[in-house]
Amino acid sequence: MKKFIVSLSPHVHSTDSVQRNMYGVCIALIPALLASLVFFGLGALIVLLASVIACVFFEWAIAKYILKMQRTTVCDGSAVLTGLLLGFNLPSNLPLWIIVIGALVAIGVGKMTFGGLGCNPFNPALVGRVFLLVSFPVQMTTWPVSGQLTAYTDAATAATPLAVMKEAIKAGDPSVLDKLPDAVSMLVGQTGGCLGEVSALALVIGLIYMLCRRIITWHIPVSILATVFVLSGVFHLSNPIYASPDAVLMSGGLMLGACFMATDYVTSPMTPKGQVIYGVSIGLITVIIRTFGAYPEGMSFAILIMNAFTPLINNYCKPKTFGEVTKK
Amino acid sequence: MKTFRLGGVHPSENKLSAASPIKQAELPKQAVFSTYQHIGAPAKPVVAKGDVVKVGTLLAEADGFVSAPVYSSVSGKVAKVDAIVDASGYRRPAIFVDVEGDEWDESIDRSQTLVKLSDRPDLTPQEIVAKIKAAGVVGMGGATFPCHVKLSPPPGTKAEYVIINAVECEPYLTADHRLMLEKPDEILVGVALIMKAVGVTKGFIGIENNKPDAIRLMTEKAAAYPEIEIVPLQVKYPQGGEKQLIQAVIGREVPAPPAIPIHVGAVVQNVGTAFAIYEAVMKNKPLVERVITVTGKSLQSPTNFLARIGTPMSTLIDACGGLPEDTGKVIGGGPMMGKALLNLDVPVCKGSSGLLIMNEKEARRGEEQPCIRCAKCVGACPMGLEPYLLATTSAFRNWEKAEQNNIVSCIECGSCQFTCPSNRQLLDNIRVGKSTVMGLIRARNAKK
Repeated sequence: MKKFIVSLSPHVHSTDSVQRNMYGVCIALIPALLASLVFFGLGALIVLLASVIACVFFEWAIAKYILKMQRTTVCDGSAVLTGLLLGFNLPSNLPLWIIVIGALVAIGVGKMTFGGLGCNPFNPALVGRVFLLVSFPVQMTTWPVSGQLTAYTDAATAATPLAVMKEAIKAGDPSVLDKLPDAVSMLVGQTGGCLGEVSALALVIGLIYMLCRRIITWHIPVSILATVFVLSGVFHLSNPIYASPDAVLMSGGLMLGACFMATDYVTSPMTPKGQVIYGVSIGLITVIIRTFGAYPEGMSFAILIMNAFTPLINNYCKPKTFGEVTKK
Repeated sequence: MKTFRLGGVHPSENKLSAASPIKQAELPKQAVFSTYQHIGAPAKPVVAKGDVVKVGTLLAEADGFVSAPVYSSVSGKVAKVDAIVDASGYRRPAIFVDVEGDEWDESIDRSQTLVKLSDRPDLTPQEIVAKIKAAGVVGMGGATFPCHVKLSPPPGTKAEYVIINAVECEPYLTADHRLMLEKPDEILVGVALIMKAVGVTKGFIGIENNKPDAIRLMTEKAAAYPEIEIVPLQVKYPQGGEKQLIQAVIGREVPAPPAIPIHVGAVVQNVGTAFAIYEAVMKNKPLVERVITVTGKSLQSPTNFLARIGTPMSTLIDACGGLPEDTGKVIGGGPMMGKALLNLDVPVCKGSSGLLIMNEKEARRGEEQPCIRCAKCVGACPMGLEPYLLATTSAFRNWEKAEQNNIVSCIECGSCQFTCPSNRQLLDNIRVGKSTVMGLIRARNAKK
C-alpha cells in the first residue's frame, strides 16, 4: 500500500525564504550602488567588488575548513549583503589589503565566531568597519572628492560635511557651516564620504522598496530619523553652531545606518515596541556623539551599542497578547 | 471592512471547488463510526455484532455532559465493534456497519419543505437544546465541541450575541460556501433556533468577502430576519478562529485562557452547525451526514459532497477520479490546520470539513535554516505571542519560561510556521510546549 507523508500542520508555506529577504535587501541597495559608481567610478567598483568577494570567500572558507559545517550558508545571500554593506561603509580610495582585513573581521569575528547566520549579536559589517576605523584611522577618514571616475588610491580628498559640522562646533562659529554643500547636492550625492552614504535619495528609494516588499517594517528607520531630526533641530535652534536638522539627516552614514544597518534582522529587537525603543536610542546616541564626541560620525557606534542592548530589549518589550486589554 | 486586529496571514486561496454544487456521495459498502468524533468523553457503543440498524439508529450513547451520541448513517448489519486509526492517527473504538439498502428511521422527516421558526412557536429553549443534544450535533467547523455545551452558558454568564462562523478562511475548502448558496433558508432558521436557545436578540453571520455570491444571497434572505445581520469580512487567516471572529465582528477580545467566548457575551457556531441544528430540531434528523470538500490541484475533479458520516475517504476520492499517482500527502481538513492522514480507510467524521490531496512536491517541507530573527512570526501571530521564543523555550524544555510567555494562548493556527522564511518548525515545537505546560497547570490545580 502506498505510504503517505505524515506531518503536522500547517501543510503550506508562504514560500518566503532567507534568500528572498537577503537578496531583496541587495536589490534595495542597487540605487545606492549606482550612485556610488556614478560619483566615485573605478574606486567604488574596486572597493565594493573586493569587499563582497572577500566576505563570501571568508564565509565559505571558515564554514568549510574551520567550523566544518555540513552545509554552508554562502548561497543564502547574507555574506553578499555583509560585503556590500561593509563596502558602502568604506572610502573609495581604501587599499585592497585593508578591505580584506575588514572583511575577515566582519565575517570571521563579527559573524562566524558566534555560530554563523542568525547567531551574531553585532552587525558584522559594522564590526568590520569600526575595527578598520580604530585600526587605520588615517586611511578610513580621508574622503575622495566625488566625480573622479578613474581614480582609486590616488584620488584627491576633501573634508566631508560631517567634518565641517564638527569644525563649526569646535570653533563655535556658525559661519563655518557655510562651507556645507547645499541641500540638493547632499540629497542627490555630490558630497564626499563613504561609498554608500553619498546619496540620501538613493538610500531612501531602497528603503521604500524594502517597505513595499515587506522585507522590513517602518519602526526602526522612522524612529531613528525622527529622533535625529527632532534632537538636532533642538540643538540647532538653541545655538546656530549646530547644523540644521535636514543637513544632519542627509549627511554621513545616517541614512545608510537607519535604512540598512540598524534594520539588520539578526541584531535588532523582535517586537514593534522594542524596535521603536532601539531606533530612538540609536538616534539619541548618534546625535550625542556627533555633537559632543571625539568622532565626527556616531552612527556605527550607536548601532553597535544598541545591538548589545537588543537581548535586554527583547526580554522586556513583550508584545501585547490577545485579550490582555480586557483583563481586569 | 472589518477584520481582526493582530497578525494574520493570507495564504493562496485555491478554492478550486467553489463552483461545484454539492453532490450526494454514493453509499459505501461498509461504514465506520468512530466513538471519538467530538471533544470530550468518547461515546459508549450500545450495539453488538449482528444488530440490524437503520439510518438514525443510535450506535453509541453520550458518556457524560461533554460528549455526544453517534447515530448510524446507513442501514444494514453491525459487522463488528473494533478499532480504527482516525484522522489524528490514534486508534479509537469504532463500530463497523455493513451497508444493505438505504432504510431510514421513520421518525426522521426527509421532506425538503422548509419549517420556519414561526411554524413551531411552541418550541422552548430547553427543548431546542435537548433536541440538539440528542441528535449528537457538534461543532462542524472542525473543532467538534459538543454543541449543546456551548448553548448552555455556565452560571454567572449571559449570552448577548450569537455569531455564526461562515468565514471558511482555510484555503481550498468550500463546503460552507456551497452550503450557504444552496441552503440559505435552512441556515437562517438554524441561526434563529440558536438565538432562541440562548435567549439573545442579535445574531451575526461573518462571511469573508472572497465569497461575494454568498454574502449577496445571505443578505437578501436575511432581510426577513431583522435580528440577523450579515457581516462581510476582509479576507485574512485565521479569521475563522473563534476569538479572531468575535473580535472582527463585535470588537471584543476574549481574555486569555481559561476564559471562553461566553465571558464576553458571545456564542459562536459554525454555519454548518446551524444547518445541522435546523435539521435536528425541525426535521428530527440526527447528525448522519455532512458537506465535505474533496479537493487538491492534482485531483481530476474537486467536488463538494454531501457524505454520510462513516464513509471511508477512499470512496470519496474514487468519486473524484481516483487518487493521483504522485500523491504525497492526504490531509483531513484544510492545509493550515488539517491533519495528515495515515491511510484512506479513515472515515468521514462529524468534524470532517475537507479532504485535500497534495502531490509529492507540495507535501514536502522546505529545508530548515537558522533563525534569522526577522520577527515575521511575531508580526503574523494573531494572538500577539512570540512564536520564535516559544518554539525555542519548548525545544529547550524550559516550561516555566514558556508559561510566562503565554504559550497556552496559542491557537495552533500555523501562521508563524507558514510565514517563517527559514522554514523553521515553530508550531511543531510550540505544540509540545503547549500541551506540556497545560498538563503542568492541570497538575498544579489538582494539588490545590
